[in-house]
Amino acid sequence: MAQRSEGANLVYRYMAVALMAGALFCAAPARAQQAAQGQDAEAQPRQKITIGYLRRAENRPALSRLQTPAANDGMAGAQIGVDDDAVTGEFLNQDFELVAKKLKPGEDAASGFAELAGKGIKFIVADLPAEVLVEVADSPLAARTLIFNIGASDDILREEKCRGNVVHVAPTRSMLADGLAQYLIWKQWRKWFLVLGSHPEDRLWAEALKHSATRFGAKIVEERVYEDRGGARRSDSGVTMVQKEMPAFTQGVSAYDVLVAADESAVFADYLPYRTWDPRPVAGSAGLVPASWDPSNEQWGATQLQQRFEKKFQRFMTPLDMNGWTAARMIGEAAAHDAAADAFAMKAFLLSKDFTLAAFKGQKLTLRDWNLQLRQPILLSDGRNVVSLSPQEGFMHQFSELDTLGTDRPETKCRLN
Amino acid sequence: MPFELRVFVAVLLSAAFSFPAFATDAFVSNEKGNSVSVLNLETLTVKKTLAVGQRPRGIVASPDGKIVYVALGDDDMVATIDPQSLKVTGTFSAGRDPERIEVSPDGKTLFVTNEDSNYLSFFDLTTKELLGAVRVGVEPEGLAVSPDGKTVVATTETTNMAHFVDAEKRKTLANVLVDTRPRFAAFTPDGTEVWVSAEIGGDVVIIDAATRKIKDRVKFDVPGLRSENIQPVGVNISHDGKWAFVSLGPANRMAAVDVKTRQVVKYLLVGQRVWHAAFTPDDKFVLTANGVSNDVSVIDVAALKVVKSVQVGESPWDLAIVGAPKP
Repeated sequence: MAQRSEGANLVYRYMAVALMAGALFCAAPARAQQAAQGQDAEAQPRQKITIGYLRRAENRPALSRLQTPAANDGMAGAQIGVDDDAVTGEFLNQDFELVAKKLKPGEDAASGFAELAGKGIKFIVADLPAEVLVEVADSPLAARTLIFNIGASDDILREEKCRGNVVHVAPTRSMLADGLAQYLIWKQWRKWFLVLGSHPEDRLWAEALKHSATRFGAKIVEERVYEDRGGARRSDSGVTMVQKEMPAFTQGVSAYDVLVAADESAVFADYLPYRTWDPRPVAGSAGLVPASWDPSNEQWGATQLQQRFEKKFQRFMTPLDMNGWTAARMIGEAAAHDAAADAFAMKAFLLSKDFTLAAFKGQKLTLRDWNLQLRQPILLSDGRNVVSLSPQEGFMHQFSELDTLGTDRPETKCRLN
Repeated sequence: MPFELRVFVAVLLSAAFSFPAFATDAFVSNEKGNSVSVLNLETLTVKKTLAVGQRPRGIVASPDGKIVYVALGDDDMVATIDPQSLKVTGTFSAGRDPERIEVSPDGKTLFVTNEDSNYLSFFDLTTKELLGAVRVGVEPEGLAVSPDGKTVVATTETTNMAHFVDAEKRKTLANVLVDTRPRFAAFTPDGTEVWVSAEIGGDVVIIDAATRKIKDRVKFDVPGLRSENIQPVGVNISHDGKWAFVSLGPANRMAAVDVKTRQVVKYLLVGQRVWHAAFTPDDKFVLTANGVSNDVSVIDVAALKVVKSVQVGESPWDLAIVGAPKP
């Protein structure tokens, strides 16, 4: 980015000119529909769209210090999304604001939610664990809000516990697993050695991977559990210990093509690459990792978004940031189409044919009407570059190839009222 | 088919599809190759490859045909090429990440969409100085100049708008909400309509240039292809205003659209990942830049057939044909 400073200076020179030009924008159409029809500005009052952001203070673990989440992980993405919405808003006489609420440890999520809803905020981006999200969605004040889940990948939130007021921006574990599985199948790596952690979320991730294996024709030749004995993630003798432990742990597995690790708790997976007893690639929670975003993605115009983000926050954009950006842009798209008056109008718009979101993933994102899950491609990254993007070619679907990822309509257990 | 008959048919075909005969060239920007391939339109062979700088994309010829301008996105520059000597004659600073460029009909002003900033900028082509910039939406890309030179239209990919700008006063006239991820704008030669492609929306929106209202849409439906894979990018309208050829990106096809009826007459299979295209000055042929197959497809407009493909540099993106100002 350093070599761009000259260009950046030029941009600042533009600013002065542009600010003057900006003053003349009063001629811009007042509202979305007028703009769409090209009508001239009427004296419309400015519309203000306030987006709430609710998250729980959480210490997300990481084995690599490169992956330690920033304090504003997710929030920063939502802020860039709101900034993007606001630029469009300038032309449509709409203002956007992000109001954040961080729950203190032990603070009741429902009351935190009530604080935002009490301010009249109708659209709330939530980065909350699954059980807390359900609690919040079922609270009385939530009936007139639309919640955008960006943090919880639990399939159950889209299935048995789906709610009519929760839109899911984050991909599910099953979507991530299917995205990875399609690539491994394409690569002809059909024999998997599954290593899972001992925490409940590790088991859920492992279940999703096993389901994908069955769905796409891979075979799990062996399954081992890596017990978390609660030791410190870092110690002064770490590297030496790991180098001894991991080869031994992965010894004596019958012939396999790829080790698939399910370690959402970040206890061991990052220690597997280059340390397996047999020389095999690692995928899942380490090695080739499926996600909604990667800071190396520069396809489909993504470079511009990455640079906007990095310029403002001086760090790389994570999958959670991307989910936050996407949620804010979904709200912005609805607003541009005059569908931000209330939660019901917005939900109706997001479910309509008029809603298609461009999110730098090579194709449009739309909403599954049976469980309010956002359809999206899954990126596969090796930590330095995007290796591939699923759905892979050849995985066909009668309606949308994106529906080859995750639970499809005929299998859903969701009943929205 | 017997061999003799096949030869006969081949001879007949080659006679039917006589290639364009112009003493002019097509200039193809190769995004990854950092080069411009110069294609001889008589022989349809590459006669020269020019190294131009980092990430060349938008390319356009001056109305008098004496200069070819190419935007170098990663250099924040525009390079000038002399189409006679086939040499790069210079570069000038064009703001951050210039993507598409257009020249005013009088040849005096260069319009640039700076993808990485939210500006449409104006450059004096005599002094190469920045004249000014107009704030538009997020990720400006598509760019079109009205035939009378009075109006410039810029499209913004994330804001999803076509911004109409007064070219002289550099003031916004209207902001028209279009469909998702608008990538390209083109005026009809009579200046009455602006066609705007929506890459993710999957259609082309037709805006009345006078009222600045959407008056129509062109929809695409390629049998056997999912709608997600139909991603309209380039829109090229023939000089006689009869045809619009729309490139459909990963669908690997060009849609030949009847401008009057708005109907797709035929989908033509071209190379992979077709980005942009250009008509020859006599409207008899359309050349397309195919980003993944690294070639240029040549379409015979009367026959609605692809008659040839020519290998060019790495990741061809846009084409300019000297003597054929884009409508």
